[in-house]
Amino acid sequence: MVWVNDIIQGVLTGGLYALFACGLSLMFGVMKVVNLAHGDLAIIGGYVALGVIAVTHIPVLWSFVVVVPIMAVLGYALQRIVIQAALDRGALTTLIVTFGLSVVIEAGLLQFINANSHSLGVGNAIITSSFSVGSQIQIAYLLLLIFVVAVVVLLGLQYFLSASKYGRMIRAVADDREAAQLSGVDYRHVFGIAAAIAFGTVALAGIGYGMYSQFAPTTGTDTILLFAFAAVVIGGLGSLWGTLLGGVVLGVAQQIGAQINISDEVLAGYLVFLAVLILRPQGLTTRRAQS
Amino acid sequence: MSEPERHGAAGTENPSEPERRLKAPRRRAGSRVTRSRRNVAWTGIGALVVVVVLALFPYLVYAGTTTIMVQGFIVLTLACMWNLLAGYAGLVSVGQQAFVGLGAYFVLILALHGISPFAALPVAAIGCGVAALPLWWLVSRLRSGYFAIATWVLAATVMLIIEKFSSIGGGTGMPLPGLSGYDPTLLTADTYWAGLAVTVIALAATYLVLRGRLGLVLTAIRDDEVAARSSGVRVGLARMLVFVIAGIGCGAAGALLAISQLQVQPTSVFSVQWTAEMAFAVIIGGIGTIEGPILGTIVYMVLQQTLQSYNAWYLIILGLVAIVIALFARRGLWGLADDHLHIRLFPVGYWLWAPDSRGRRGLGLRRTGRHS
Repeated sequence: MVWVNDIIQGVLTGGLYALFACGLSLMFGVMKVVNLAHGDLAIIGGYVALGVIAVTHIPVLWSFVVVVPIMAVLGYALQRIVIQAALDRGALTTLIVTFGLSVVIEAGLLQFINANSHSLGVGNAIITSSFSVGSQIQIAYLLLLIFVVAVVVLLGLQYFLSASKYGRMIRAVADDREAAQLSGVDYRHVFGIAAAIAFGTVALAGIGYGMYSQFAPTTGTDTILLFAFAAVVIGGLGSLWGTLLGGVVLGVAQQIGAQINISDEVLAGYLVFLAVLILRPQGLTTRRAQS
Repeated sequence: MSEPERHGAAGTENPSEPERRLKAPRRRAGSRVTRSRRNVAWTGIGALVVVVVLALFPYLVYAGTTTIMVQGFIVLTLACMWNLLAGYAGLVSVGQQAFVGLGAYFVLILALHGISPFAALPVAAIGCGVAALPLWWLVSRLRSGYFAIATWVLAATVMLIIEKFSSIGGGTGMPLPGLSGYDPTLLTADTYWAGLAVTVIALAATYLVLRGRLGLVLTAIRDDEVAARSSGVRVGLARMLVFVIAGIGCGAAGALLAISQLQVQPTSVFSVQWTAEMAFAVIIGGIGTIEGPILGTIVYMVLQQTLQSYNAWYLIILGLVAIVIALFARRGLWGLADDHLHIRLFPVGYWLWAPDSRGRRGLGLRRTGRHS
């Protein structure tokens, strides 16, 4: 029964990791950008939520209504102003610029806010309470909510990419930028929209993480970026449902690790990641080898 | 590579541009090929003088200065290695802190067994080179950005595994034994000399690697990987060698770090900040040149020392400067200087001299050098 509980908890935490990972996956899939500042941007989302709640007093669960648009605009601007310029100059420059952003954001948060941990929605009944299934399994409403949000976001993204006009444009640009341009698509604008969507999901993930756990300036790289990346690699590069599977595998591995030894939670996740890297470098869901 | 580059003052008294282009590729009687524009012996003597003067520093300056310089030596050694990785082998590693940490821990483990930390330093460096092999096997399948984050995850994993051994301090770390009987003045001086030796060896090794066959291979990969592969260059092997060399260098820097701090703390030696420092120093100084990391380290140390009382400011400024340089002056400060002065302290390429140039204005036909 303990193991069943671990697996259920792991699957639910996996939803949070998938939420982190889908922005990373989207930006890689469309722009071939590996955004090393991804985790720090999620933490910025958390801090923005903190500020928005302090100013407007809206309930924490509804803070996303304000935070997601703010982050989406930030994503569009950052893509058009900084990341596009780096992309035009090559992969090395893109990595250096996003790594630079990551370090600057982290140092900036330490400098202008502080190193203390914060969390969202302390004392909120829905966030802290849980319900029981049987005698040994406790399911937190919050984790269930985050998992549902993750599935909804992935479904929505899937639908958006396959059915909407902008989705078609994004896929066209990702497939063949020159051909899309010849058909009259401004790829810079499309990249900006993809970045805006990615940052929107990052904002959701940041708010979710802030309710689930505490965050500090260093959380962005220490946990979020590396977990998101591990989820993407485990699931398979460039596959949205693979990302969810990757998040779930990572979450379950961590729960089982924690069950064996409480301090081995993170290590167990990374070991599964390394095992996938050795045995199935193309990920669990992708069929062809990655180029 | 496609065409010989012009050197000398632009325009003035030179033959017209098309005329030069026609003349340049033809190798006429009496032309010669050399490594350097100026007599290389002067550069060699200059380097020797600098090293000797630096070696005398413990007799000349206060201990505080040499302690700061040891930090500079650590950053410079790391920067040299990151430059080899990212600037030549195309491997943007964000996990070099794995080797910094391992180097520090190897020294700690050897010191716990009664070996002097100074004697343990070279052993730790070699140990890191050996450890680089299995780590390379894990990450070698990934490219570009995925390689970058995978090395980062790897560094985090190595730290988590090391933290499990309570005999070497577990999660909190422990002081470095074996140096308590040392006279403090002598310890400061010995640490400084060890740092100087590590840095000189790192620079010399980089120079020799780039002048040799591996350098030729790396330059070919840097310029056009597909062309290099189809010409029979074993790209994977070359990258592995660079990864191992960088592991040795970063390990030596980590060992030096343990000796200079007299303690080993996992979160500090495995901090990603080491990679941030080495990468920023390389980018600011000029990636893909040997001189760049030296210049970048000087800029880094000046910024760090000036802004150290303002906490995280130096990292913010350093990061912003690195972003701006990566976007707008990709060859870094050394590239800017090179455009105007045409100096090459470490000649790794070749120059073709026209017979009538009288040694003043050679036609550079360089094997390596300019980052295009």
